[in-house]
Amino acid sequence: MEYKSEYVIKQISVFSENRPGRLAAIAEALREKNINIFAFSIAEANGFGVVRALVNNPEQAHETLTEMGFMVSFTDVIAVKMRDEPGGLYETARILGDAGVNIEYSYAYSGKDAAVLVLRVDQAEEAIEQIIKHGGNLLSRSLFS
Amino acid sequence: MFWNNHIETLSDDELAALQLKRLKWTIRQAEKVPFYRTQLREAGLHADDIRSLDDAGRLPFTRKQDLREGYPFGFFAVPLKQIVRIHTTSGTTGKPTVVGYTRQDLDNWAEMMARDLTMVGLSDDDVFQNALGYGLFTGGLGFHYGAEKIGMTVIPSATGNTKRQIEMIMDFGVTAINSTPSYGMRLAEVAEEMGVELDTLRVGIFGAEPWSDNMRKELEERLGITAYDSYGMSEMYGPGASFECEERNGLHFWHDSYLVEIIDPETGEVLGPGERGELVVTPLVKEAMPLIRYRTGDITMLMEDRCPCGRGQKIARIMGRSDDMLVIRGVNVFPSQIEHVLLSLPEVGEQFMVYIDRMHHLDEMNIEVEINRECFSGELKDLAKLQKRVAGALRDTLGLRTSVTLVEPGTLPRFEGKAKRVIDRRGEVW
Repeated sequence: MEYKSEYVIKQISVFSENRPGRLAAIAEALREKNINIFAFSIAEANGFGVVRALVNNPEQAHETLTEMGFMVSFTDVIAVKMRDEPGGLYETARILGDAGVNIEYSYAYSGKDAAVLVLRVDQAEEAIEQIIKHGGNLLSRSLFS
Repeated sequence: MFWNNHIETLSDDELAALQLKRLKWTIRQAEKVPFYRTQLREAGLHADDIRSLDDAGRLPFTRKQDLREGYPFGFFAVPLKQIVRIHTTSGTTGKPTVVGYTRQDLDNWAEMMARDLTMVGLSDDDVFQNALGYGLFTGGLGFHYGAEKIGMTVIPSATGNTKRQIEMIMDFGVTAINSTPSYGMRLAEVAEEMGVELDTLRVGIFGAEPWSDNMRKELEERLGITAYDSYGMSEMYGPGASFECEERNGLHFWHDSYLVEIIDPETGEVLGPGERGELVVTPLVKEAMPLIRYRTGDITMLMEDRCPCGRGQKIARIMGRSDDMLVIRGVNVFPSQIEHVLLSLPEVGEQFMVYIDRMHHLDEMNIEVEINRECFSGELKDLAKLQKRVAGALRDTLGLRTSVTLVEPGTLPRFEGKAKRVIDRRGEVW
């Protein structure tokens, strides 16, 4: 079971009021510390949002944003490499669906060699095991630290 | 029209004699309450020391805070066996203020309400839709029994379901409606949306929250009514202690049942007619819960001129508050209550800001609170849950739906000295 934790990635989640300039403030802080953002999304609810990001140095990002007064926390997610062609998303989604793993939220980015699907699921270990079993590719956490 | 011509038009001498007799009775009744026993002893006063109405100025004041400390039954002067009804009203912190009524109290209240409704020209020929909240709030039941007493056909419609309210006005041929002024505006708006005319309606009674003369004009034009102001508070039984007559220039107080004073809220000094100050009321016929010189917090003045209708001295329409109490959709709210609720929730800080707006003629209260840093899980759904939890706790305490905005820790203004946490953007209401 040891290998599985290798694929559990730390996403940073930042609380943000829904008003102009908040995202810029977060992005500026990361730029100043030379932190690269691989993927990010904004989830919006009633008057506030949560900015979620995969970055190359989550610990430093956490520390910097916290110092600036932001509320930040780590969230465990997994990142699956998909074929960047029709049916790519279907393959991954089907594996999880068949295994009874529920996706709480997800976002994706299209990179140079593949598309990547970032997933927050209810059973991370089960999801990792199933994806590997079905020949899928997961990004390792070493990429993000 | 008079319900009780004799008592409504007592001569000055007759009234003074009656008030003095009833004031002494009230003090004796109050002496059955430990709080007043102590207060009167400390002031060195007995009922027999009151020889003229001027002596009332020597009596100690009662504050809302005192009533709250008596929760639940500390101010009852009769055994619970004789209490036939209880209402509650919001207190300055978490606990409500409890008011109790004996059978005689309920009769007294209905009698005053009967005078009020007759005074604005209503009778057993009228169909009365009572669109105030029924329940712990005194508005609904207070009007209800007075309206029945004068023989009106009463529809206890309470609040909400505005379309149905409009349908009832049309189907039942309603001639008089009672509501908060803001709900009156809402009724007008929905009737216009439905494209219907409320032809039978001719009288509107509005109270429980302050409203301007501009609002009166608008209510009258849009609903096709003559609009009257009503005033009261749970501590004086409820609505009906004071009411406009057909002159609609100030509100008559029922002086046989209430001793009315206006004081300087800072010094406590009694002010004369025409001088603006805080209304202080000593009910003169209350059995279950006698009160002495109760400070209402409402700002008004005694009017100098006699009313052509022949009834007693009037007060001006309420002009404001001497404290920080807010009136939101007819419900009294103290900022300290909000603070109290927030302190009980570890997930949020104790700093807050309140914004009050009027949207579609209804008051909307938005409360901004800071999330506690330690409680942030990073999950949106936890935040949504927290938002609901805060709104739920506020609703439980305030008896009012509010919207809650979660903000980042440390972003709300901190105050040194007097905090200004309430931004009331409703415009001219007082």
